[in-house]
Amino acid sequence: MIRAGLIGLGKMGLSHQAILNAHPDIELAAICDSSNYVLDVLSKYTGVKTYSDYRKMIEECALDCLVVATPSRFHAEMVRDALDSNLHVFCEKPFCLDLQEGQALVDLAQARGRVNQVGYHFRHVGAFTEAKRLLDAKVLGTVHHLRAEAYGPVVLRPAGSTWRASKKEGGGCLYDYASHAIDLVNMLKGVPEAVGGVVLNRVFSRDVEDEVYATLYFDDGATGQLEANWSDESQRKMSTRITLWGTNGHMAVDRQECRIYLRNAVNGPISLPQGWSVRYTTDVTEPVWYYLRGEEYSRQIDEFARAIQGQCEPSSSFATALDADRVIEAMLVAAPGQKFSVRSQTEQPRSSGRGLFGSVRKTLKQSWV
Amino acid sequence: MQRILFGDNQFFGVNHMSEEKARAQSMRFQRTEAIIEVLDAAYDEGIRVFMCTTHERVREICDHVRANPTRYEGFEFYPCMPYAHKYANAVTEHGLLGALKTYMPEQGMFDAMVKGGMSLAKKEVEGIAQLLIDAEMKMFAGLKTPVVFLQNVVTDLLLGLGFKDAFRMFADHVTRRYGAEPGFITMNLPMLLDALDDVGIDNPIVCSNINKIGFRMSGGLDIYEHCIATRRFRPIAMSVFASGAIPAREALDYVCAQPQIESIVFGASSRQNIAQTKRLIDELSTSISMATRTTHARENLLQVGL
Repeated sequence: MIRAGLIGLGKMGLSHQAILNAHPDIELAAICDSSNYVLDVLSKYTGVKTYSDYRKMIEECALDCLVVATPSRFHAEMVRDALDSNLHVFCEKPFCLDLQEGQALVDLAQARGRVNQVGYHFRHVGAFTEAKRLLDAKVLGTVHHLRAEAYGPVVLRPAGSTWRASKKEGGGCLYDYASHAIDLVNMLKGVPEAVGGVVLNRVFSRDVEDEVYATLYFDDGATGQLEANWSDESQRKMSTRITLWGTNGHMAVDRQECRIYLRNAVNGPISLPQGWSVRYTTDVTEPVWYYLRGEEYSRQIDEFARAIQGQCEPSSSFATALDADRVIEAMLVAAPGQKFSVRSQTEQPRSSGRGLFGSVRKTLKQSWV
Repeated sequence: MQRILFGDNQFFGVNHMSEEKARAQSMRFQRTEAIIEVLDAAYDEGIRVFMCTTHERVREICDHVRANPTRYEGFEFYPCMPYAHKYANAVTEHGLLGALKTYMPEQGMFDAMVKGGMSLAKKEVEGIAQLLIDAEMKMFAGLKTPVVFLQNVVTDLLLGLGFKDAFRMFADHVTRRYGAEPGFITMNLPMLLDALDDVGIDNPIVCSNINKIGFRMSGGLDIYEHCIATRRFRPIAMSVFASGAIPAREALDYVCAQPQIESIVFGASSRQNIAQTKRLIDELSTSISMATRTTHARENLLQVGL
């Protein structure tokens, strides 16, 4: 049995507690939270051992692994302490708010040979896993553009007193919502080399952005648009969608289905017809041993357990999560952005070398000279 | 319990197959009249039970049924509580305690308990649970609610946590206060049956996915079939078509061939679909004689080597 400890009993934490407790190879040894009230009820009714000091929990409970589900600003310190105690670590997303710290933790986990995983659960949604399999087989040919979207109803009025509404604590739509879309882009297409045209707007929140838009640039010349908005009430729950355009067709993926349009049929280990085909969640979803809100949450914890048993590598590691953090950081730096006045364009003579086509023109001109 | 129960997923934008279809449905049913038209069609086809979440909009449907007692004679509601997204979104926005506070009818009492850092006795936790149940049941006042369900997200969360006493609290309150039978919706049938056994809930009504392809049947198809054939409980099959992945006749044939399954819940948006599904269930439920059905179940058992 793998002895697990859990810190943080918010929405994800409670869900992790249930999943860890139900896993046949995991023994949930103890939980830790700052609310004594919640701990009291859980200890009374589930018999689990509780702590309000996580260091004490690590010290006393002979744990094999730790699951960190606290607000993001606590992640780095807790993950470091766990690694220093030689524990395998599963940390909620986003991984770390500071890139240097994040890199240090990637290195530390590597040096200590500990399993390290981050809760980007969309990687475990059947339709996205299937999309990855198809894209790796190049069914779309060369992908030249993508759109990554995340919408949902989190902040719908000017209120909110939790850490998600605080920039300092790692709140905001960029860390909370856009991060999922960014991680999926990294998984499906690769990490962008640059970002631009970043918009971080407030709709209702005082301290954090509620909507995020950006252009992504990839090293092979492909581009992407990122759109995230957590103040969208038209969505019943979080909805994440990635749409890709390639030289051989189009693919749109969300948690329910993977819709593909191919210019030319693909034959081989993966066969797909010309025109439309759809992979539904019912085709690509394997049952789990215990289900709560979605197979992906169980599957990621199961992967963590199997990785500890040496049977696999986590598909969302500290290193891949740090890639998502890097994109986020680049977006924060780029956010003030450069704008070009529309009105002034008609008042000034046209300058050459503006924008992408401008630079292409310039390059062409230079090579012609 | 009635054999055929009419579900409500289609009215509230829940579709496990396609987000686009879910959106189209939530657009079509944003007017309550549109929901009532479909319910009327179901009633006229002989369906007498609406198994529905305690979604805010169900309140309007309740009002309508209350106002037209002759039109809906013999019509029953099987409430499923709570509408979990309401709570989940509130937890994200206000934290766990904040969310609970928002939905407690007597805020003052809860504030006092939390602020006082009071350690809660069992009686008080049970009291909170009862208040939450009563708040959800309010909209059904004066209507027939012979079975009241605990919704799957909550059932399964409590199950995973090992918070089994909550099932007992729910069952006791629903029975005593509403004269109703408690029901449990779950995605984890085998695990839940053990837990209900542990807290002494005998022959429970349990609603779970039961479909030929094993979609969202945690632990797998074989274990489900074994549980249905051998364990003492009253199964209701939901998601029998696996969101449309299985053709109707094939899907219902699979479910109707298991004689222990008492009821089938399904959702549909058109009179034609309702009529067709009802006809198929009626036909398949009677065409397979008891004897064949028992043999069938035995064969299933042999096949899975149990």
